[in-house]
Formats: sequence, C-alpha cells, structure tokens
Amino acid sequence: MATATAAGAEKNYLNEKSGLWSWLTTLDHKRIGILYMISVMIFFAIGGTFAMLIRWELFSAGKNIMDAKLYNQAMTFHGAIMVFMVIIPGIPAFLGNFFLPMQLGAKDVAFPRVNLMSWYCLIIGAAVAFFSLFYNGADTGWTFYTPYSINTQNGTVLLVTGAFIIGFSSILTGLNFIVTTHKLRAPGMSFWRMPLFIWALYSTALLQVLATPVLGITLLLLTAERLLGVGIFDPKLGGDPVLFQHFFWFYSHPAVYIMILPAFGVVSELIATFSRKTIFGYKAIALSSVGIAIVSFFVWGHHMFVSGQSQVAGIIFSFLTMLVGVPTAIKVFNWVATLYRGSVRFDSPMLFALGFLFLFTIGGVTGIMLATVGVDVHFHDTYFVVAHFHYVMVGGTLMAIMGGIYYWFPKMFGKMVNEFWARISFVLIFIGFNVTFFPQFILGAMGMPRRYFDYLVEYESLNRISSVGAWTIGVGFLIGLSVMVHGWLRGKPAGPNPWGGKTLEWQTASPPPHENFHVQPVVTAGPYEYR
Amino acid sequence: MPYPATDIAHGVDTLYEFLLIASFISCVLVIGGLILFAMKYRRRSEGEKTPYISHNTTLEFLWSFIPFVIFMVVFVWGWVIFHQFRSMPENALEITVEAQKWDWTFVYKNGRRTTGEFYVPVNEPVKLVMTSKDVLHSFFVPAFRNKQDVIPGRYTTYWFKANTEGNFQVFCTEYCGDKHSAMLAKVHVVSREKFDEWLGNEPYKGLSLVEIGKQIHQVRCSVCHTVDGAKNVGPSFAGLWGREEKLQNGEAVKVDENYVRESIVNPAAKVVSGFPAGVMPTFAGQLTEQELSGMIEFLKSLKK
Repeated sequence: MATATAAGAEKNYLNEKSGLWSWLTTLDHKRIGILYMISVMIFFAIGGTFAMLIRWELFSAGKNIMDAKLYNQAMTFHGAIMVFMVIIPGIPAFLGNFFLPMQLGAKDVAFPRVNLMSWYCLIIGAAVAFFSLFYNGADTGWTFYTPYSINTQNGTVLLVTGAFIIGFSSILTGLNFIVTTHKLRAPGMSFWRMPLFIWALYSTALLQVLATPVLGITLLLLTAERLLGVGIFDPKLGGDPVLFQHFFWFYSHPAVYIMILPAFGVVSELIATFSRKTIFGYKAIALSSVGIAIVSFFVWGHHMFVSGQSQVAGIIFSFLTMLVGVPTAIKVFNWVATLYRGSVRFDSPMLFALGFLFLFTIGGVTGIMLATVGVDVHFHDTYFVVAHFHYVMVGGTLMAIMGGIYYWFPKMFGKMVNEFWARISFVLIFIGFNVTFFPQFILGAMGMPRRYFDYLVEYESLNRISSVGAWTIGVGFLIGLSVMVHGWLRGKPAGPNPWGGKTLEWQTASPPPHENFHVQPVVTAGPYEYR
Repeated sequence: MPYPATDIAHGVDTLYEFLLIASFISCVLVIGGLILFAMKYRRRSEGEKTPYISHNTTLEFLWSFIPFVIFMVVFVWGWVIFHQFRSMPENALEITVEAQKWDWTFVYKNGRRTTGEFYVPVNEPVKLVMTSKDVLHSFFVPAFRNKQDVIPGRYTTYWFKANTEGNFQVFCTEYCGDKHSAMLAKVHVVSREKFDEWLGNEPYKGLSLVEIGKQIHQVRCSVCHTVDGAKNVGPSFAGLWGREEKLQNGEAVKVDENYVRESIVNPAAKVVSGFPAGVMPTFAGQLTEQELSGMIEFLKSLKK
C-alpha cells in the first residue's frame, strides 16, 4: 500500500487487524461477509465442477466418462451444494451481511457473535456433507425422496446431517437481519426510506426463520428413520412416503424465494443507480417482496401435482401459484419502467441486471406454464422443469450475485475491476446460459425425463448443444473470477462512490472503516433521490 | 411436443400453444421495452438530469390486473384438462401395473403377465391400477401427455384412450436409483382383433426353453446382468453356469439348478462377493415353473 491514496492509507476493516486468527474470530459483519464470499465461491467452484462433469457425461447417449452410480452422485452433489451452500447463503449471508448494516447506517448487525456462529454452522455443515463422499457418497438427489433415501446404502445420513446444520446458519442469519432491521436503523431511516435491498433481505429473513426449522425437523425424522428404524415415511414400516414430500416442499418452496427475493433486491439497487433515477413504484416493489414471502408458504403442493395428492389439492395449489405470479410480474414491470427516461449506463453490474431481467422473464413465463396444472402433468420431472428452475436460479439469482459483486466490489476492496474483462465474462455467461438451458425446454417438451444418466438417441443433438453451452458458462465464470482476483491485487483506487449511488454505503470511505461510518449518518429522504 | 395419441393430449397441446403465444408476446413486450428504454435513454453525458417519477397508479393497476386475468384464464383451462386426466372412466379395460427397480410389469384380468411392453386396444379406455414394490416410480407416456407417480403401499390410477395405433414410449420419471434411465417400456396400441389375439395367446407358443429364458433375460435381467462377460450391477451370465462362486460370507457355491432358482426367488440368501446385497429384488411368484426352467436352460447355453 506504498502508493495508496489518502483514503487507502486510512485504517479500514481490511487492514485494521491482520493474521488468519483475526479473521476466524472476527465479529465485524464486513469481515464475516468476506468469509462467506470466499466459502461460497469455493462451494460454487465444486458444485460447478460437478455440473461440467454432468454435461460431459450427457454429451452423447450411452456411457461417456462415468457410470450411472457416479452420475447419480454427481447429480446429487451438484444440486445439494448449489442449493444449500451457494444460492441460499449467496446473497443474504455474503452481500447481505456486508451491506445490510451499511445501508441501514448501522455499525454492525444486532448480534455479531451469532453472526460469526452462523458462518461456522455453514462450514461445519459443509464439512459433514462432504465427509459423506468417504462413505460412498449419496445418490438420492438433493430432494432426499423417501423411501429411496431410507434404503440406499451409503453416506446419505451424513449429507442430510450436513444440510441440517447448514439450516441453522440460515436461521441465525435471518434472525439477525430481522432484529437489525427493526432496531438498528439510522436516525430518520423509516421503513419507507429503506433501500429495496433491505426490504428484500427482510422478507427473505422472515422465510428463513419460519420455514427452515421445518426442513430441520424433516431431515431429523429422516435420520431417525434410517438409524433407528422409526416408521414415518417408509411404507414397509407403516409410514407414508408422500408425507415426506409435503414436509420437504413446505420448506423447499419458500426456500425458492429465499433464493430469489434477495436477487430482486440487488437488481432494484442496480437499476436505480445505473439509470440514475428514482425507482418506479417503490412501495409496490417493497410490498410485493413481503407478499411473495407470505403466499410462498401456501404453494408447496405444485411440486406434487402427480404425486398422488388429491385432485382438489392440485387445483388449489395451482390457483395459489398463479397468485405468486402477480407480484412477481409487478416487479419486472416496475424495473422496466424505471429505465424509462433514465440516464442508463452499461457498466458490468448493470449488464448483469439487464441480463437478469431478460432471463428471469423467461423463467417467469415458463413458471406460469408449469403452474397450469393440466400442462404440468406433462412437464413435471422432465427437462422443462430443469430448464425453468435454472432460468430462475442461475439466470436470476446467480446473475444478480455477479452483478452485486461487481457493483459493490469497489466498496468492499476500495478498488475497481477491469471493466473490459468484466463485460467479457458477462457476455460468455449470458450467451452460454441460453445455449445450455434453452434447448432443455425443448427436450422437456419432447418428454425427456430429468435425472437420466442415459437418454434415447432422439434427444442427442439438443443435449450436445446444451453441453457446449455449459462449458461456455464455465469459461465465463473463470474469467469473472480472474477479474475479481486481478481487481483485488491490481485494481485502480475506486474512491468512495464510483457509480454515483445514493444509498448510505456510498457515503463512507472505500473500503469502509471498522464501524462503517466516521460520523453517524442521519437520513432525511428516500433511498433513490436523484433529482 | 411428441405426437399426441389421445384426445386429451390434443387439448393439452392447444393450451400449451396458447401459453407459448401469450408468453412470447409478454417476453417481447418486457424484453423489447427493456432494450428500447436502455438504448434510447442511455447516458450521453455525466450529470444528466432525470425526471422524478415515483409511481403511476393507473398503470400499476393495469399491469397487475391484466396478468391476473390471464393467469386465471390459464388456471381454469388447466383445471379442466386436469379434471379429464383424473376422472376415471367407467367400463375401462383394467390392467394392474407393478413397478420395481428397474422394470414395469403389466398384469391383465385373465392372468397374462408381461414385462417391458404391453398391448392395449385402440379407441377404448384403458385404466391402469399401479403400485410399486420398492421405491417411488412414475409412469409417464409423453404421447399421452400424462404421468402419475407409482407409490409403494398404495394404488394410484392412470387412464387413457389412445386414438392412434402405434408404439409409444413409457418412461420412469421419479428418480429410483442406478438404472432409473433404463426403466423403460413400450405401450403397443393395436386394433381390437390383434389385441384379443395377443391376449389369448400362450406367451411362449412354439418356443424352446432356451428361447423362453433368452426372452425373459432380455426384458427382466439384462438391465443388470450382461451376457458378454462385462460386470454390471450384478454378475455377468457369461460362463456362469457350473462355476464356483465366492460368497460374501466367505463360503463358496457351485452355480447349479438349485442355486439359480434360489438366487431368483430369494436373492439375498447367497450374495456373490464383490456385489452389494439387497440390490436385486425378489422375483418370487412372478415367474412360472416353465419360466424358471427357461432361465436355467438359458444360463446353461451361455456356458463356455
């Protein structure tokens, strides 16, 4: 830091203390955010490697590089890692940890020690889950459907236990965010002056606290059944396998919104900043987050239209699912309307936000197709579903994470990334993504079932296209990673507010000092006052 | 979409086309608006002023209400089709379906059993009463646009009235383990006369025992047991007959008539070392004496 600028020479959260131990015991929400960033990136690399191997195996019909046993494990670990260790903690625990207190004008989260503990829950849970690889892995898919998961002979119990422990990480982070939002807002920061990222995190936190315990209990019951032979889900012991699906989706459907709501928040920030315009329909966006959170508790049955649940239940769940579509559509329209007569710049974060809108819209309309029960009977458990949720989870959440990282990178590290290569990474990911997953809609409509190690030859050409696309995405992410590492080592100094943002995190130095603000900020207006 | 082989499948396709068109129009509106605004209002100089537009109640009401109406239309439309899928017809031809890892067996009222394929008459309603012997499976015929999970410990039902003769693919669409993607079957839709002829036929008329065994192997065993010596889920049948096999408990056993019979009806009794126990399901009660003898003769024929 010999040539550092005046701002860089100051004490900040990165250089205030040094040494690995100071990081592992830190109570600073920013440092914990960075810990999450590193761990989530490592998990993403592992889960992504599994994805690449899966697409390699599916490149041609028949066996290519692995047998069915190994394929089913790769498929299981890809799903479990990406869901439990990447997408769920991705935005809230990493970007949220770092920026929720800053956007609220607070010094830290309400319970810094609990915050650190939640990171350790993630790490310990992940370690337990990976340990299952030494016990023949697990081959149940990330959904652990019974009775298969009860009878299969391998490390499933360890993977389930890992997911159980990671659940606590999620619950504790959610709890922390709820209390922080209620108690630690800066003077003048009323609920209607909170940035939309906070509204999104707040809605997510409600879901995390209310829904995750259900998953915990379900996984505990599953473990009890496997280890102690208590008959809950296995019909051989008098249990009901469909009950497991109800329990599982009662968590895992809200979990879908745990994954996507924070992304909505990030995109709201990006669109406002890079259009330099107040967000259109602030209250509608804020309340639609809460609305989605509430309705999402009542739609779990749309995963089970053909599971053997009653016809009446199927129809009710179809109706409720349609209702979730309305607030989601409102958000998309609001973002597009914000661009109208704005002053739009195409920096890499904004490219990811626009990419998000593009892909999420496709994910959204195909979601309506799947909610239409008569059509879903055909699409259920085919590649159509695979394509749909990748459009939402990858095209939505991962695009938002990437956009969020590029947006806040200058704030986190006080340096700019190389804009040219950041845009290249966007182009590769965006094109690769469509090449990978659009053919899967067609495959699904043709009837190709998911979780298939092998497929009929008529599906081969589209699978080949899909595999090539997957590798393109892989290259895009590798470039993105290099851009970040390069920015961290060699980036040009950023200054406190390179994008002209209006929210509070841009009112302090980059990187921020230990307790975020030298002077307690006082809020006198809304979050996006561009006038 | 594959060829629609039932009237309901046509209905599904019509709804699907409506959804496609509606989706395409909304994507063009949203993404088109996005690109238009982003290009038209791109930043030309730093420090540009933008208008302060906080909201517009009429517009917001419209873009909440119009999607809501469209969603309700497709919801009701989907409901109608779902109701057709799930309303079982009276007087249908009933076939019992037994699913197990990793094949489908179809049992007719007259006792005729068939695995891996089954026959139904064209233009007549057929009702499947399905159950599973082990884990969850799901019965899916893309040409009928319908699927239904098959659950151990209870029955689920599925019906169709095929309007076209032909052979249609059956998939298992609920993940069930190593050979999930090989758990396939065919439904042959044929004329009533051909169906009656097939149903009344002795299944193995004019076949020798070896040929019977070979046929059984193809539909029931070949997923796990090869005949070319390659190791799969289970041991290969090539050269198996008469060999000394080492068991998991350290004992050895000679592959003879009694061992083969026991391994088919009670596979857990003597598991060859190097292969996991509990993978092979029992076939007790599913093969007739004639078929068991056929299997034994078939194994003999593979002796080197």
